Amino acid sequence: MRGTLTVGAGVVLLLLLALFQPWLRFVSTIALSTGLAVLGIMLLLRAGQVSFGHALYVAAGAYTVAFLRPYLGEALLLLLAGAAVATGLGLLVGLFVTRYRDIFFGMLNLAFSMVAWSLLEKLYSLTRGTDGIRVVRPSLLGLGLDGPAWDWALFLLALVAALLAGGLVARYLGSPAGSALGAIKTRETRLEFAGISARRVLLQAYLASAALAGVGGAITALATLHVTPLLAYWTHSGELVFVAILGGTGHVLGPFLGAVVFELVRVHAAAAFPDAWQMILGFVLLVIILSAARGLAGLLDDLARRLGGRG
Amino acid sequence: MGLLLLLATLDGLAYAAQLFMVAVGLTLVFGVLKILNVAHGSLFAIGAYLASTLVGLAGAPELSLLALALAAMATGAVMGPLIERGLLARIYEKEHVLQLLVTFALFMILEDVQKLVWGVQPLFEDAPVRLLGQVEVGGIFYTAYQLLLLPGVAAVALVALTWFLRRTLLGRTIVAVTHDREAATAIGIDVRRVHLVTFTIGAGLAALGGALAAPTTSLVPGIGVQMIVLSFAVVATAGLGQIEGAAVTALLIGLARSLAVYFAPELEVVIPYLLMVAVLLVRPAGLFGRTVLQRV
Amino acid sequence: MSAPLLAARGLSLAFGGVRAADGVDLEVAEGEILAIIGPNGAGKTTFINMVTGYLRPQAGSIRFTGREIAGLPPRRIVRLGIARSFQIPQLFTEHTVLENVALHLAARSGFWAAFGPLLSAERRAEAMALLAGLDLAAVAHARSDQLDEGARKLVDIAMALALRPRLLLMDEPTSGVAAAEKHAIMDRLVAALRREGVTAVFVEHDMEVVARHADRVAVWSQGRILAEGPPAAVLADPVVRREVIGVEGAPC
Repeated sequence: MRGTLTVGAGVVLLLLLALFQPWLRFVSTIALSTGLAVLGIMLLLRAGQVSFGHALYVAAGAYTVAFLRPYLGEALLLLLAGAAVATGLGLLVGLFVTRYRDIFFGMLNLAFSMVAWSLLEKLYSLTRGTDGIRVVRPSLLGLGLDGPAWDWALFLLALVAALLAGGLVARYLGSPAGSALGAIKTRETRLEFAGISARRVLLQAYLASAALAGVGGAITALATLHVTPLLAYWTHSGELVFVAILGGTGHVLGPFLGAVVFELVRVHAAAAFPDAWQMILGFVLLVIILSAARGLAGLLDDLARRLGGRG
Repeated sequence: MGLLLLLATLDGLAYAAQLFMVAVGLTLVFGVLKILNVAHGSLFAIGAYLASTLVGLAGAPELSLLALALAAMATGAVMGPLIERGLLARIYEKEHVLQLLVTFALFMILEDVQKLVWGVQPLFEDAPVRLLGQVEVGGIFYTAYQLLLLPGVAAVALVALTWFLRRTLLGRTIVAVTHDREAATAIGIDVRRVHLVTFTIGAGLAALGGALAAPTTSLVPGIGVQMIVLSFAVVATAGLGQIEGAAVTALLIGLARSLAVYFAPELEVVIPYLLMVAVLLVRPAGLFGRTVLQRV
Repeated sequence: MSAPLLAARGLSLAFGGVRAADGVDLEVAEGEILAIIGPNGAGKTTFINMVTGYLRPQAGSIRFTGREIAGLPPRRIVRLGIARSFQIPQLFTEHTVLENVALHLAARSGFWAAFGPLLSAERRAEAMALLAGLDLAAVAHARSDQLDEGARKLVDIAMALALRPRLLLMDEPTSGVAAAEKHAIMDRLVAALRREGVTAVFVEHDMEVVARHADRVAVWSQGRILAEGPPAAVLADPVVRREVIGVEGAPC
């Protein structure tokens, strides 16, 4: 009940922001798509695993949109295609990396994403290298929109996707499969003695995370109408992990809360300190981890508890 | 074809030498601290940048080799204790995922420190390479620096490290901690000191790899991340914690990569990882690693 | 006598020079409760590890309901109906007791069922009934890392029972439990086993517990079965007393 209320409040707040500050419409769209990718990171963190390479799947979603746009004019179809390609790639990589945990899991993901980044930069004839690919604005549900109408439509599309994904992930986390994720973190061997394949449980979560990142990437591509290899670069993966920790892994709202705060701050800070942005993120990350804080979702939870206790 | 093959082999050897020095530091630190330092590549980069600066400051080419050594030692001696005491000492008892996140955060910080101190423009300072001149091998002229100095230093590092770990008291203490931390503590070994010394050596090796690489390439942001990923590939292929194994694998990956540069340039970035994946599919714990069963 | 539920033949496994199992033959009949006793390091846990697939025997066969299971992975063996508990409780420490048990109940259902709610009304009731049977209902909602050792041990066993096994192997179910509680715990446990018709094998160091709760005893010493038979007879055997009970210094 409290969860539904908080989600409702969040949606209203975002709508108000988007209504009164047109530039925030764009930022909110980007924040929602970041939140989608981070939702996947959160699933993996539930299993005690961290991927330093999930920007790979964001890039997969985004580049799929860019590659297919000349042949496909419908945004929804592009979105689905982005998710499908990211999931397929996730299956290929996931079958391998889910054999590993901890260091190997994190670093193998980083390695694969860096290979993808190099390829996106080097295969110029295919990807146009660092210049990236421009995406011609597609139609949405058959409507050829532009200007504020397109911004609104895309924002609402991201919002619907986020609500849908958040609901599904919340349900998943309450299921035996989602519960087994936490068991991987605390006592994986016991899971095997329960007849449950830890690897299969982790692979499911990995596929979900790749799909979510793919959707996030596709929305980003539709919003920016331009994709570059930077989408796959390690700094982007690092940002996803950062937002996951900032938002907190205790609740599906965490990633979106984290993403909104992150994108709002970035609009100002990244411009002011372009060469120190990662450093600032690094310091904040250290503070959150070393103080064992539970992120923004945890903060909100504590606040609600305190208010509830008083009333 | 023959000449190209020779050239590729020589390039591969020189590259493997750098790669080994970074990878062996990474694997040594992991063996003892059980932490994989994601920021290890940044220490390589800082060593390289500092070397470039010091070579510039030294002015006289004769001093440039000294400047490289100084850069490596200074980086190791300052950054090593600073990171181990300031950060890692706080997280030894924490969950793996938190340890990874902490060194990743450090990595984010150091990558920007580098940009703030040395900027984002490419730096190139090859005085040490010019100082040593060229030698002729099989009809081609090759820099003595890459042909002799790099592999030479790497070989000395390997021999010195194994000698240190097997023959000296401090080295054997480190090995004891690697095998059984609790037993080592029980017989009165100062594990804190072992951690500090090991991490400093590891940081120094990464910085040495960087300092020696500096004169052969132009330094740009991102060399650190490339190095951590590649040296992880080396360490994973060899098996985490394997020192001699890291040497063999560095050679394998270094050669494969430079062969790709000459004969299949589009595969250059992919080859090391293809090798790694192929090995890990057959031997999940790496070429020289062993799978350990958890006691229940 | 009908075919045994579990039959190990010529089971051997050595670690370096230590022979944990050296040609062991051991049978377990359907419905019985068998205790395995023996000095520390004799290979009792290794036996459980081999039967449940954690270790692969170097020689010999293990048949369960007539089917060869030696060398199968733990996951396959569990599905055939063999569950185990651990000497050191292996709990999912960030889950509640109820969730620990519910996850094991859910483990039996198929792939798609894994995406319904974990604590469905039905599964919650089943888990609560199981916990109540072991007197654990009061701690059902506690996080499993906040229990005392005795309760953790029982939760560990409850998780194994939730798999509804035909054969349950327990590694020292009463070690680490206060002496005063031991019999109470075993009474509850044995009653639950009999009620559910579960065959059980348990490794035990406390001879009083063995004498009171086991139908049959096997003595494991230096990788071999030194003696087996009814508790009264085996525990009175002078060789067993010297080799096992004497070493342990346990009262008899």
